[in-house]
Amino acid sequence: MFAEFLQYMLSGLTIGAIYALAGLGFSIIYNASHVINFAQGEFIMIGGMAAATLTASGVPLPLAILMGCGGAMIVGVLVAKFTVERARNASVVTLIIITIGASIFLRGVAELVWGKDFKRLEAFSGETPINILGASMQPQSLWVIGCAAVLIVAIGTFFNRTLTGKAMLATSHNRLAAQLVGINVKRVVLISFALSAALGAMGGAVVAPITFSYTEMGIMLGLKGFTAAVLGGLGNGPGAVAGGLIVGVAEALGAGYISSAYKDAVAFVIILLVLLFMPSGLFGKRGTERV
Amino acid sequence: MGKRLLNTVAAAATVLGAVTFGLAAGTATAAEPIKVGSFLSATGPASFLGEPEKRVMELYVDRINKAGGVDGRPVQLFLYDDGGAADKAASFTKRLIESDKVDVIVGGTTTAATMAAVPLVERGEVPFISLAGAVVIVDPVKKWVFKTPHTDRMAADKVMEDMKKRNLTKLALVSEDSGFGKSGREETLKAAKESGIEIVADETYGAKDTDVTAQLTKIKNNPNAQAVLVFGLGQGPAVVTKNYRQLGINLPLYQSHGVASKEYIRLAGGAAEGVRLPAAGLVVANQLPDSDPQKKVVTEFTKVYEDAFKSEVSTFAGHAYDGLMIALDAVKRAGGTDKAKLRDAIEQTKGYVGTGGVVNMTAKDHMGLGLDAFHMVEIKQGDWTLVK
Amino acid sequence: MVQIAATRTAAAQPINTRLLSLAALAVVIAVLPLALTNNFYLDIAILAGFNAIVCVGLNLLIGYAGQISLGHAGFFGIGAYASGILVTTYGWPPIAALLVGALFVGVLAFLLAKPILRLKGHYLAMATLGIGIIVSIVLRTETGLTGGPDGMMVDSFKIFGLELYGEKTWYWVVGVMLFIAVWLSLNLIDSPVGRALRAVHGSEVAAEVVGVDTTRYKVMVFVVSAVFASVAGSLFAHYTGLITPAKADFFKSIELVTMVVFGGMASTFGAVIGAVVLTVLPQALTVFQDYSQIVLGAILMFTMVFMPKGLLPTIEGLIAQRRRA
Repeated sequence: MFAEFLQYMLSGLTIGAIYALAGLGFSIIYNASHVINFAQGEFIMIGGMAAATLTASGVPLPLAILMGCGGAMIVGVLVAKFTVERARNASVVTLIIITIGASIFLRGVAELVWGKDFKRLEAFSGETPINILGASMQPQSLWVIGCAAVLIVAIGTFFNRTLTGKAMLATSHNRLAAQLVGINVKRVVLISFALSAALGAMGGAVVAPITFSYTEMGIMLGLKGFTAAVLGGLGNGPGAVAGGLIVGVAEALGAGYISSAYKDAVAFVIILLVLLFMPSGLFGKRGTERV
Repeated sequence: MGKRLLNTVAAAATVLGAVTFGLAAGTATAAEPIKVGSFLSATGPASFLGEPEKRVMELYVDRINKAGGVDGRPVQLFLYDDGGAADKAASFTKRLIESDKVDVIVGGTTTAATMAAVPLVERGEVPFISLAGAVVIVDPVKKWVFKTPHTDRMAADKVMEDMKKRNLTKLALVSEDSGFGKSGREETLKAAKESGIEIVADETYGAKDTDVTAQLTKIKNNPNAQAVLVFGLGQGPAVVTKNYRQLGINLPLYQSHGVASKEYIRLAGGAAEGVRLPAAGLVVANQLPDSDPQKKVVTEFTKVYEDAFKSEVSTFAGHAYDGLMIALDAVKRAGGTDKAKLRDAIEQTKGYVGTGGVVNMTAKDHMGLGLDAFHMVEIKQGDWTLVK
Repeated sequence: MVQIAATRTAAAQPINTRLLSLAALAVVIAVLPLALTNNFYLDIAILAGFNAIVCVGLNLLIGYAGQISLGHAGFFGIGAYASGILVTTYGWPPIAALLVGALFVGVLAFLLAKPILRLKGHYLAMATLGIGIIVSIVLRTETGLTGGPDGMMVDSFKIFGLELYGEKTWYWVVGVMLFIAVWLSLNLIDSPVGRALRAVHGSEVAAEVVGVDTTRYKVMVFVVSAVFASVAGSLFAHYTGLITPAKADFFKSIELVTMVVFGGMASTFGAVIGAVVLTVLPQALTVFQDYSQIVLGAILMFTMVFMPKGLLPTIEGLIAQRRRA
């Protein structure tokens, strides 16, 4: 019994770590620009596809991952520059559609560049399962959880310790005031897209050996990331991370004990319950509307 | 105010005009060709079935036209990608029948796509050769519908036969919730009953799932299971295979003919070692005895395919080849593309040696394949090996 | 504030303008079949009509009440499956199934509306998205009832011994339904309710201060738009004869919202145009084959970037400008 529970927890934490990275990406962009970037999932896809195809053509793995992150960052900045920045005064719905358009566009380009079939990426350190109290864990899961932890700490340090990070935080609190004290708000938006893209691409690369890489891999991962971000309270970074882990674990437990067919519904049922009873997410602050 | 309305109407007209023009630009005409329609799942979860099918259709139509066509008439191909979605398959079928006015349809990568098209071709009275696996496509027989691959029932029987040889009697079943998986599950349950095999677990997974460990954990903890059979197609079974090894399950693993592609072995990697599945002779062409009637056809097809695409041939490519050849052969025998005559000619296909086996169709059998053309193969060192 | 000013002038239009535009719509619907030379074109027109009916309803919610719904395909799906299951499996008369489906969706929307419409902006988007996804997962999973991911076949629509069958018949059915939907929508917009709705879009707090019960109106319009979707879903199921959970999923919801915004928010005819263009476009784009996704994505992005108000209002503006010049 316990082995089974542990098995579910382990797979939940693994996938939860990816949701956490995606959720964090949503939060960073939301803070800087108040945009929900529905193309976040595509950054994950770019990371996964780049790593799989580049290693297959002989590029060493670390370099392939870095190239994937770099590519995703460039794409992120382009999306920010050519769409979001130009439509800053558009309504929420319009912005949502712009980012959805961007994600369709990126998927189309990816299909053209990489093809539509599944790509396989070798696990970073073999596939011999590690036995923990009767549950088996893939070594790759450790990579996923480890990388996510390192990235999350790094992002935290960036926001709290560096000048650019602080400027970004300031912008999220009060855009106008930030502008008045000389912060380049446009640059903040661009950096936020680049950061989120890098996070997503990194997540895509480490999770690829578990899920395979394919051009549609970002769709569900992106939506779950959005769920994680809302669960933690939009714009709340640590909240998004916690939200991601909660969604991942709940999903795995739901699949194991309730019904594997309803696995994907678990995240959305949780988010609905939370929104109905705590409209600003688990850790969000209650806001007031300005007239 | 009236002006505002005028503006609205003018704007609407501009948009509609542009749109109609766009549609009109999409149609093309040619002189007296044989029109072959096709809808395939070149993208989506069944893409490793649909993509090679698409390649084969395009390659062979091109080759045939370069060689002067069929009875001096060129072949014109209308091909759409249904992305593995049944509703898209239905709407493309409608388009093939109503707008492209094709003479025959060869397509339908998945059972779901095929079944969605069936009522439309029956109503539109267009001969349709499906490339999908489930037995429901041709049983009961539908007047205008034929198929080339072996059925799921045959696959189930073949697996049971092999299990008995290995003295295994208790089977855990994992099936996909797609049309092929559902039909395969039902056929497996029936076949098991008839051959005295006990089904001790019955789990399902979604075609797009990327993690099936929850279901497999239950099977792992089931003390009765002696072997596992996965019924699904495309990427799903590869995910199952990978998760299977990751959980350290050591029971013999069977797959259906829905994975008879090198793509499956590549995706599952080392995890596919030792997996057994029933498949058409095509994948083990070089291991077939010279006396095998298929030997020549499959060796030649393999060479053409691999020269053209620099990738290894799969049985799915073969299904498309068989479908196209049966259709064009029937055009010759029918002396044209009259749909009713063409249908009759397809039904009278006799002794056609294809990649799936020797096809002998009758009014009661719209597939025409026997169990003898189906081989049990095992994956060894990343390649297919004929199980003797 | 600009938004309010613009819609107020629209509201001040005399009734006869409304009649004129309805007449224009009727003429277009009546004349269009002359240009649709085969059943395939008719089929696309019918599908565009179904989408347009849903979009006209959704536009009331998005364009006038200012609320997002990323889950409307869920209501469309419930309507479709209510008809599919009740008629095909249980042998109900289609019209009864349609009404029961619409009633069920109406009650469901009513129950959901209050807690959900309390949410703002992205939180509302998330909640409606969640509802839509849950509906589609249920439809996909309850295989015994719904046929699972590959969907189910649906019998044709029979009423008073007549069978609605074939593209030509359905074209007129959908045409009439669309006309009714537009007529209802225009009436609603010009009624006191409509004025209250526009107040909601402008500023909720301000509307409440002057005594508009915003929640009540938002709930009402949410229910109305959901029922529009359900009825369209029911008819759609009978028309195509095959329904799949894809018709209720996230992408369908996004597609619907996109149609509304693309055509022009807060414009009933904009919603219709948006639905028509975005139904025809993917069909026309099959010419581009492997590039069709890229082209579609690019069109969405750049129309929204360069015409944030949507297609129809922007072209209207351009034409008006030229007239003045």
